[in-house]
Amino acid sequence: MGAFMPNMSPRLRRPLWIALLLTPALLLMIGFVTLPILSALVYAFYKWQGLARIGFAGFENFRLILFQPPFSTWTYNAFFHNLIVFVSLMVVQNGTAFFLAWMLSKGLRLHRFHQVSLFLPVILSTVIIGFLWKLFLNPLFGLVNQTLVAIGLASWAQPWLGQPSTALASLIVVNAWHWVGFPTLVYLAAMQRIPREILESAEIDGAGEWTRIRRIVWPLVAPATTIVVILTFIGSFNWFELPYIMSGLEGPPFHSTDVLGLYFYRTAFGTVSAALQDFGRGSALAVLIFLFILCISAWWVRILRRREIDL
Amino acid sequence: MLKPWQAALYQALLVMTSLVMLYPVAVMVLSAFKTTGEIYASPFALPESFALRNLATIWHETRFLAYLGNSLLVTATSIALMLAAGTLAAYALARYAFRGNEAIYLFFLAGLMVPLKLAVIPLFIELRALGLIDNRLGLVLVYAAIGLPSTVFIMTGFLRTIPAELEEAARIDGAGEGRILFRIMLPLSRPALVIAGIHNAVPIWNDFFFPLVLIQSDHAKTLPQGLTVFMGEYSTDWGVLFAGLTLSALPLTLIYVALSRQFIAGLTSGAVKG
Repeated sequence: MGAFMPNMSPRLRRPLWIALLLTPALLLMIGFVTLPILSALVYAFYKWQGLARIGFAGFENFRLILFQPPFSTWTYNAFFHNLIVFVSLMVVQNGTAFFLAWMLSKGLRLHRFHQVSLFLPVILSTVIIGFLWKLFLNPLFGLVNQTLVAIGLASWAQPWLGQPSTALASLIVVNAWHWVGFPTLVYLAAMQRIPREILESAEIDGAGEWTRIRRIVWPLVAPATTIVVILTFIGSFNWFELPYIMSGLEGPPFHSTDVLGLYFYRTAFGTVSAALQDFGRGSALAVLIFLFILCISAWWVRILRRREIDL
Repeated sequence: MLKPWQAALYQALLVMTSLVMLYPVAVMVLSAFKTTGEIYASPFALPESFALRNLATIWHETRFLAYLGNSLLVTATSIALMLAAGTLAAYALARYAFRGNEAIYLFFLAGLMVPLKLAVIPLFIELRALGLIDNRLGLVLVYAAIGLPSTVFIMTGFLRTIPAELEEAARIDGAGEGRILFRIMLPLSRPALVIAGIHNAVPIWNDFFFPLVLIQSDHAKTLPQGLTVFMGEYSTDWGVLFAGLTLSALPLTLIYVALSRQFIAGLTSGAVKG
């Protein structure tokens, strides 16, 4: 540093040095995070034709999305599915994760191996996982139905992704399989921080396994629950890649797997069948999803933090 | 202490879970060596031969290698840029008191909560204006920016723990600011750099959304995106499909098996208290 500015006084040199350190990161952040987000807010209030703004639209884009069928019908349909995804993942994925973490925390033989295998799908791309399970769920030759036939449950075999009654549930199960390792290891880390003495003294007092889980472990891992809930919430309302790969851009069959991510992408960039794209409605949708995620997470963080203290 | 029957029950449940996680992966790998007819007729059997026919098809008849190269290039460049910019900023925030320090730190942290996918329309327009649509550099800039908040968070946290005496001693010896940063702080920060690197490299390597929007030409596509191309082309040839999936999963899986501790620590960092 001194070599670059030999004659500068130390009083000036330090602020300059600090500015130099901060500039690249600030430029990147402002250019590719802050500016785009603020622009989305502005774009939502304009009428668009392709890539060009053709006039101010006021709240028209928002009105279309929220109150004007068929746009609003799609919005609520997709939103409802995101909600189902979130609630189901909380139960199926994170509930499983909690109990897996408890069993892993016992330090049984092979626990390291179990951790590594549980986490393996987490490191793989959703594209790989999605295609893999799409093949497995194939009605005729997929592993799932072939297994059911092999164990004498041929009548349970179904076109999992091809009928509205099972399509979304199948995607949720695949998502849980893909990510369950993540909340498991978050919970495991939290459980390993619980002082052994607390659990041991409870055991001496005659508390059974279940009582200890409910009365000691569950309250003490409350901070981990906060993080798992928030991350699952953000992930569920950003859901895009798995339904895109496994079902398709229109959320088939009959929009039964349509979620906000797919609807947003279709609106913004059009589809192969109907090449209509609308950056105005797309931006309005993005702004609404963004505000929804932000408000709910901020509100929950407050509630969950208070819960951490209460427990 | 666990009663023996409890330990046995837990172990059985864990073994079952591991099977549920690993069996599909094993079927994927084994199917990569089968013909499509074999996969249909005997899904549970071992392949009749470990012929490399399907893998060869992927290797020679698709642009797999080009996609792989693009993924490597984009991931490595964006991580390098992200770590460089992020660490410098974190160093300023962690080791110097100045007005606005707290505000700038919070500005970076706010980025942790932002799902940037939702800003993809303005990003698209911005990159188009810069001539960076359908350009790997565009992806690099977006990824580096997305990775900055977590990098600043991880690096600032780490740099704050380095004792001030080290710095003071160096200053007394006459070392300048740059020397202290590059000769003392950075070498000490290696473990945190690995965590921040893995934390972001895995999602960048696996990302599908931004290439989908920002890249159109086949020659610039990354691996997840390229995978959708040949999954479409070979949709009836399941042997080739499984081979493609296996090959795509292979690079990261190998590194993960070797470095599972760092991968788990890296990916859960931020969600787990250090």
